[in-house]
Amino acid sequence: MLRLEKRPSPSKAWNFATPIVAVLLTMIAGGILFAILGKNPFEAIKLIFWDPLFSEQFAAYSRPQLLVKAGPLILIAVGLSIGFRAGIWNIGAEGQYIIGALCAAAVALGFYPGEGWYIFPLMIVAGAAGGWAWAMIPAILKTRFNTNEILVSLLLVYVAEKLLAAAATGFMRNPQGAGFPGSRNIHQYAPASNQELIVGTGLHWGVVAAFVAVIFAYILLQRHILGFHVQLAGQAPRAARFAGVAPTRLVLMCMGLSGAFAGMAGMFEVSGPARLISIDFNAGYGFTAIIVAFLGRLHPVGIVLAGLLLALTYIGGELAQFMLNLPAAAIQVFQGMLLFFLLALDVLSNYRILLALPGRNPEAA
Amino acid sequence: MDFGSINPVVLIATLMVAATPILLAAIGELVVEKAGVLNLGVEGMMIVGAVSGFAASVTTGSPYLGMLAAIVAGALVALIFAVLTQILMANQVASGLALTLFGLGFSALLGQSYVGIVPPRTEKLNFGFLSDLPVVGRILFGHDILVYVSLAVVAGTWWWLNNTRGGRVLRAVGENHDSAHALGYKVKRVRILAILFGGGCAGLGGAYLSLVRVPQWTEGMTAGAGWIALALVVFASWRPWRVLLGAYLFGGIMVLQLNLQAAGFRIPVEYLAMSPYLITILVLVVMSSNRARTSLSAPGSLGRSFHAAG
Repeated sequence: MLRLEKRPSPSKAWNFATPIVAVLLTMIAGGILFAILGKNPFEAIKLIFWDPLFSEQFAAYSRPQLLVKAGPLILIAVGLSIGFRAGIWNIGAEGQYIIGALCAAAVALGFYPGEGWYIFPLMIVAGAAGGWAWAMIPAILKTRFNTNEILVSLLLVYVAEKLLAAAATGFMRNPQGAGFPGSRNIHQYAPASNQELIVGTGLHWGVVAAFVAVIFAYILLQRHILGFHVQLAGQAPRAARFAGVAPTRLVLMCMGLSGAFAGMAGMFEVSGPARLISIDFNAGYGFTAIIVAFLGRLHPVGIVLAGLLLALTYIGGELAQFMLNLPAAAIQVFQGMLLFFLLALDVLSNYRILLALPGRNPEAA
Repeated sequence: MDFGSINPVVLIATLMVAATPILLAAIGELVVEKAGVLNLGVEGMMIVGAVSGFAASVTTGSPYLGMLAAIVAGALVALIFAVLTQILMANQVASGLALTLFGLGFSALLGQSYVGIVPPRTEKLNFGFLSDLPVVGRILFGHDILVYVSLAVVAGTWWWLNNTRGGRVLRAVGENHDSAHALGYKVKRVRILAILFGGGCAGLGGAYLSLVRVPQWTEGMTAGAGWIALALVVFASWRPWRVLLGAYLFGGIMVLQLNLQAAGFRIPVEYLAMSPYLITILVLVVMSSNRARTSLSAPGSLGRSFHAAG
């Protein structure tokens, strides 16, 4: 029989190795899935993970997409990871992302067709503030009324989606859009446009913000007392209270920060790649970012790598959809499996697996 | 607008139908949480149940075989959660979320070829003259079998938890797994069985959505029903009869909201459609605000993983 023995502290080596092993296992399981769907698994895996970056045919279009897709994922995931470390579960980033985009769009549409250098920065502030405010709802309900932040933040995603639909078909609809749903094209409105900074790279302001957020989170977690409190609250809540960590303040800080980051991601998306507020504006980045945060081991640098990898699955998934007729949902399944394998393999960092032979180890019986 | 078009008898009868999916999912989750496990994957299990029930009943032509398939499918995805959290000691919150994300994708994949198909009809039970009685006939004797099954599951769960040895063991495991372990109960086995039961219930609830309530398969059709079911368990303070009360209240809100949409109420549809989620949040706030009471009614070991030392 196999037996688990808890390690005194998590294994550092396995901590690094598990995400890599999880990705490999997901590729194998994904390959089996693709084979069941009647596709050549090797071709599909190559199309998803290799061709977007290195094939002559697709790389010119796909490579810049990597940063476009990774930007919001990394930005949201960095915010979430700080809360997750403290045991504060904001899983409603998708909603905060939508509200951030709506607030930023409101600023842009409010100034339309005016000119001014201040419009774009104002939109960033509005996006961050919108996401922050939306995240403050579960945070304040948690601290004031002890309400479960997981359920509230998630339920608010559905509310945000309805608001988005109301905006796209109602109060934000383009007055010159011939009655079609969707706002004015914000990307084409120069003072509010989130342009590609270096042509052909996909680098836009949102990507810059993501990297600033990564550096910020790194410093916060490694060098600042607040980062220490976050870790302490997650690993030893009782000790944290004795050390004078105020749980209320921590909840407000973590939820607010992750909400603001998600809102900013929404702002950069609506003024850039998405171009306008539409009914299907949100593409699930808020949920995929949860996978990114875990795959990156809740560490800022890990999150950058994980964000790039999941961005690759999005782009490669589209390519496989186009070339092999692979269903879009297959990529979602693929991402879900990745999280399963990751969680399953965590047992290796936290436990030693021992072979308990009958008779030789009386404790195990 | 016209309130006169809303008939109270029809309203009550339809709210029972609207409430059945979340009732089934919530009573399953209640048992899981009573065993000390927090499974946030209800939404994922429901939608997998919805699609497999739909597919199976379209293939076999029988809605009942479809429901059976949904129970099995719900339990199977719950098994993934059980293995992760009970055997591999993974974090329950993260594993539940993973289950939901995976379930949403997996169901979309399975359901591709079933979009736009009409499932075989689930007949209403025939109680003879009873079904023709005014008012009572429509409300009590005018439903399909699953409405009664869901009520029976609630009654059965209540009875089982309170009056049988198995039920007491399950509650002991949920209240204090260390003591239960010391008494010689198999903590993990009890929890795994509870998780499977919860998965089966959620799967059946999902199938009721796709086979009876809607009846159609569309991607992401559960639309948060699983999360509302999770909130219901808190609302019910972990008591089976209150789950029933809560589910019917929510069913009523959902039906009323749809009726108002149909009656041309002057608020845009999107805002009315928000109301079930907002009311769920409101209810959570009211029920959780009394800290002392919540901590008394919640199972003591809820959400903590158990590893027998030694």
